[in-house]
Amino acid sequence: MTKYTEDDLREELKTKEYEYGFYTDIESDTFPIGLNEDVVRAISLKKEEPEWMTDWRLEAFRAWEEMIEPEWANVNYVKPDFQSISYYSAPNTKPKYDSLDEVDPELLETFKKLGISLDEQKALAGVAMDVVIDSVSVATTFKKTLNEKGIIFCSMSEAIKEHPELVRKHIGTVVPQKDNFYAALNSAVFSDGSFCYIPKGVRCPMELSTYFRINQANTGQFERTLVIADEGSYVSYLEGCTAPSRDENQLHAAVVELIAMDDAEIKYSTVQNWFPGNSEGKGGVFNFVTKRGLCEKNAKISWTQVETGSAITWKYPSCILKGDNSVGEFYSIAVTNNYQQADTGTKMIHLGKNTKSTIISKGISAGKSQNSYRGLVQISARAENARNFSQCDSLLMGNDCGAHTFPYIEVKNKSSIIEHEATTSKIGEDQIFYCNQRGIDTEKAIALIVNGFSKEVLNKLPMEFAVEAQKLLEISLEGSVG
Amino acid sequence: MLKINNLHASVEDKAILRGINLEVKAGEVHAIMGPNGSGKSTLASVIAGKEEYEMTDGEILLENENINEMAPEERAHKGIFLSFQYPIEIPGVSVTNFMKTAINETRKAKGLPDMPANEMLKMIREKSEMLEIDRKFLSRSLNEGFSGGEKKRNEIFQMAMLEPKLAILDETDSGLDIDALRIVANGVNKLRSKDNAVIVITHYQRLLDHIVPDFVHVLFEGRIVKSGGKELAHELEEKGYDWIKEEVNA
Repeated sequence: MTKYTEDDLREELKTKEYEYGFYTDIESDTFPIGLNEDVVRAISLKKEEPEWMTDWRLEAFRAWEEMIEPEWANVNYVKPDFQSISYYSAPNTKPKYDSLDEVDPELLETFKKLGISLDEQKALAGVAMDVVIDSVSVATTFKKTLNEKGIIFCSMSEAIKEHPELVRKHIGTVVPQKDNFYAALNSAVFSDGSFCYIPKGVRCPMELSTYFRINQANTGQFERTLVIADEGSYVSYLEGCTAPSRDENQLHAAVVELIAMDDAEIKYSTVQNWFPGNSEGKGGVFNFVTKRGLCEKNAKISWTQVETGSAITWKYPSCILKGDNSVGEFYSIAVTNNYQQADTGTKMIHLGKNTKSTIISKGISAGKSQNSYRGLVQISARAENARNFSQCDSLLMGNDCGAHTFPYIEVKNKSSIIEHEATTSKIGEDQIFYCNQRGIDTEKAIALIVNGFSKEVLNKLPMEFAVEAQKLLEISLEGSVG
Repeated sequence: MLKINNLHASVEDKAILRGINLEVKAGEVHAIMGPNGSGKSTLASVIAGKEEYEMTDGEILLENENINEMAPEERAHKGIFLSFQYPIEIPGVSVTNFMKTAINETRKAKGLPDMPANEMLKMIREKSEMLEIDRKFLSRSLNEGFSGGEKKRNEIFQMAMLEPKLAILDETDSGLDIDALRIVANGVNKLRSKDNAVIVITHYQRLLDHIVPDFVHVLFEGRIVKSGGKELAHELEEKGYDWIKEEVNA
């Protein structure tokens, strides 16, 4: 791994433009802009969904119409006009392929630019990928290996067709349709996403990985992910994102639901690198995401995220610790540069006895950006001996950025123990000069300092992801000092 | 090796160095002494290229090459090493990782590939043994929670790893107990060769008992006002700096 991070990185640091700012012209099937019940029906029809699914979407849509966009987050932006967005876009190359040779060459080219070619992915480290490009899955690998273990890993559309009983039973149980404005919107119009089911007692033998892409101009991306880990099972799930640069704002409102049944464990890791807008704050993705996991008895859910992209981030991966002895973890690195704004954190809802949660949040702000940690630790009356540890560290670069911490603690049981630690520091000229004096240039020095600051979280990522994450941290902070 | 001609430097428009002339040849050890505020640390920083200091006149030549306009990292690549008086902490970055980055960045600047891991390991083992450094120490975050002695020993360890042509030791003796002082001095002595040079900046004589200088210079009000052999250091130890001040002002 060292070779890749050290060498290739240096090369990449030379490029000043957003690295993944290209656009692939894949012929798409795109709906006209606007949203109403007919559009919702049409999406459902297009995806050949059963009636219960259509009704479920409509129910969400009706709820959404009554809701207003939340304004409590520490972010400022011009609200998107939801009637000027197209809610469906699917690549025409729809059939699935058995081999990469059959995949649209232009698509493969896209992956090459991203440095995550399927070829490599197949060969490397045993990562199976469900690739989501513009909302419809076009390639799934390693499916056979997974099949043998009884693991289901497919697109959400496929799951609705092939495993309707599982989807119907679990969808919306962790994030209900009416949970919040964006979740309701997602429930109504979600285009596709990933579905994963690990049977009882099965340990998933490989990291499951999904790469999201927003590719078509003006098509909001509404992903829906559902991961179910049955009793005593284990899965590690990776979600990585890049997007082409674009002038208009792009809306992304995803929902991720995790269900960890008794004694199960889910690790969910994200590297998010959507277009953050240019250095003047123009363009960039609006990222309004609802991620939540439910832990039954002795279950464990770990969220690890590296957020470097998006103009606006609104995201709180949370754990509902329902079962006794269940464990929730949240490890986060959020980087903001230029005019980016991030309001991110977690919610740890302790319901069961002896439940435990850990929050480690590292915020790095540069340029004119604003970076907020917002976290809730809630101990219910029944949660005897609940335990939480939170640590929120902020690193500032320059004098024009902001770091904010909004911890909320609600305790209704006296037997709980809650700890909260917070620090704020600044990269100093002396630190940089020290590195310079040892032959390390300023960009590299910043990368070193930032990686050191983020180490506790980077260590939580699976190896192949840690490399990419480290790379992203460096790219994101390019040119932020001096 | 190093030639400094008529060096003037200021910080925030305040003149600190006011015409320094100094020549250091390969294989030599020069001690620079002087009272507080005479400009000793400034001289070290200016040679290393710290940006807050503005060179207003003169030139610095390293192996006959003018380095006035070079960035600090370029100077480091050319073989200038500064052992800091107050080494900075970098949380989360281990001593090993820091050294690996520094060495490979320097190699890269010279068009060399990264140092192979086994070679790096061998070097780390050798140099840490030489400086009596516990290997566990190398996995700790750079200077974080280090004692004064550990910080200084770590500076000399870095010097040993980077094998500079010109090493400037800025008040390396401050904060060291007598044992640590001996270890650090022994390390420096082992690193001395006919091809490199050392500038020792110190307030006191005691370090010079261990690292014996070929020349001693006294810096006062931004100028070198007196130069001599190692016996000058003893004289200063005995008589203090007042007589120098009187001599200058006379």
